[in-house]
Amino acid sequence: MDNEAAFDKFKSCAVEVLQVPAEKITLEAKFSDDLEADSLEVVELVMALEEAFGITVEESELDGVATIGQAFDLVTSKL
Amino acid sequence: MGERRVALGIVSSTESASESPAKAERNERVALVTGGSRGIGLACARRLQRDGYRVAVTWRTDRPSPLVGPAGTHPLVAVACDVTAPGDIERAFDEIEAELGAVEILVCAAGVTDDTLLLRMSDERWSRVIDTNLTAVFRACKRASAKMVRARFGRIVLISSVVAMLGSAGQTNYAASKAGLIGFARSLARELAGRNITCNVVAPGLVTTDMIAALSPERLEALTTAVPLGRAAAPEEVAAAVAFLVSDEAAYITGCVLPVDGGLGMGH
Repeated sequence: MDNEAAFDKFKSCAVEVLQVPAEKITLEAKFSDDLEADSLEVVELVMALEEAFGITVEESELDGVATIGQAFDLVTSKL
Repeated sequence: MGERRVALGIVSSTESASESPAKAERNERVALVTGGSRGIGLACARRLQRDGYRVAVTWRTDRPSPLVGPAGTHPLVAVACDVTAPGDIERAFDEIEAELGAVEILVCAAGVTDDTLLLRMSDERWSRVIDTNLTAVFRACKRASAKMVRARFGRIVLISSVVAMLGSAGQTNYAASKAGLIGFARSLARELAGRNITCNVVAPGLVTTDMIAALSPERLEALTTAVPLGRAAAPEEVAAAVAFLVSDEAAYITGCVLPVDGGLGMGH
């Protein structure tokens, strides 16, 4: 899967879980400020990404992940 | 005024009933009752079955029979499951989801006692009761809530006990597990409230189940005397409270501990 296809897939998960328009899902977007996602929504997104990409994300790996870009890097590092 | 109503989260009854109205009317949500083969669990399963829900039960010692209920109701789906085995809970949910769909209502009624005075309490007897009554509830709720969060709907009811708050000599393990359920339920209620999922506790007192059949007649007499209503409850009377808490009507109740104890626990 190339990077663009992976981001499209990531984006569709984020749109569905966070209930935000696709254009708000940018690499710079912050979960708390820009997307108004609470902690449970972030967990939901992680679970959706785990399912969509067939990966496993440990709780500790989420430390310091505050933006879409950081989350996307975490996902692609596992592909 | 309009703003104030919104700020307080006050909605009219027509608004609050708008969640999944078709399903609510048919009252055919999928319910899982753990420990549904005997006692309070079985009474809950039968009550929800009678009310029209599609009900699955887990059982360990006795398979519930018959599975068929009154005419026009869905038969119970019985799944063998030792709730203390993490793999069993996962497998039970998989089976139920394949047969009925995602669990929307979870009633945790599986429980055991293993009474002895603290000075005689072995690690094994302590752990067995905590594992069944508390840790298994954590696992079942975790598994169920993943789907409930996505569905933006869920009802969780945990069966605690009057002894959670009252204490009971010879039941340090049991009372600790049942008190633990209250803290667990209230924390979960806060975690999931934003997703339209309620989590409540029912705290029965003396109920005519196998659990009290094990008591000596003298002990039973003493306990019954302490109950203001002067008798033990039928399991169906506990099930009635559970049926209310899982209903759409109870949408605004979460984190509550509802005693069904004939007044035994008043003041605690």
